[in-house]
Amino acid sequence: MVPIAYYLVLSALLFSIGAGAFLIKRNIITVFMSIELMLNAVNLSFVAFAYQWHAIRGQIFVFFVMVVAAAEAAVGLAIIIAVYRTRNTLNVDQIDLMKL
Amino acid sequence: MQLVLFFIFGGLCAAAALNLLLTRHPINSALSLIVVMTSLAVLYLTLGAEFLAAAQVIVYSGAIMVLFTFVIMLLNAGEEVRTRGSRAAYLVGVPGVAALFSLLTFVFLSQGNHLGKSTLANPATLYDLSAVLFRDLLLPFEVTSVLILIAILGAVALARKEH
Repeated sequence: MVPIAYYLVLSALLFSIGAGAFLIKRNIITVFMSIELMLNAVNLSFVAFAYQWHAIRGQIFVFFVMVVAAAEAAVGLAIIIAVYRTRNTLNVDQIDLMKL
Repeated sequence: MQLVLFFIFGGLCAAAALNLLLTRHPINSALSLIVVMTSLAVLYLTLGAEFLAAAQVIVYSGAIMVLFTFVIMLLNAGEEVRTRGSRAAYLVGVPGVAALFSLLTFVFLSQGNHLGKSTLANPATLYDLSAVLFRDLLLPFEVTSVLILIAILGAVALARKEH
């Protein structure tokens, strides 16, 4: 017997750590990974609420979030590779110009 | 039983997420993110979402994180350097994130009585899930396959060397 609130608190903790890592980290790959961490945190709260209200559509929503995250990861990492080819750096502070 | 599982894997999850935040090398962050995702799969199992637990392991800790580690190794990403921007992010970000976490935790714990408890009894079966996914939501499901196809084409077009 675990209260649903514990799952939600864990989800809030993961989301906060993800948001903090998004702000603090300077490597563009790690920034991207912290976005994935935030998506996972939201997925956990979706599953917890789906359990709470016996709503199967909450789980379907998590499935679609996973699909979109997979597509996003593929495109995002391709963009990172393209950025690294032109700038030779992964530090977000040095990638602050739209034009070379 | 379930409480023990929750505390083991929830603690593992939180510790690995903190490790992601605190380590400097991207490969360590990627490996701790794999730990986070795999322990989240166990938590999904305790919430009666077997399909999502399997999909979490296959899609997230399998496909997506392999892609991440591959890109980290391809780009030979070293330890990150601290710069001026990150100090400002510390000053603004850490209190803001702590406030967000405190607010959410306060709301969840004070409203915890209205939420129920989770037992290992499974309310939803795979049959219910597939009935919704393949009957009611068939069009969105098919659209996601087109989305993934376009994403793969876009990734190939972006990452290809220009001649």
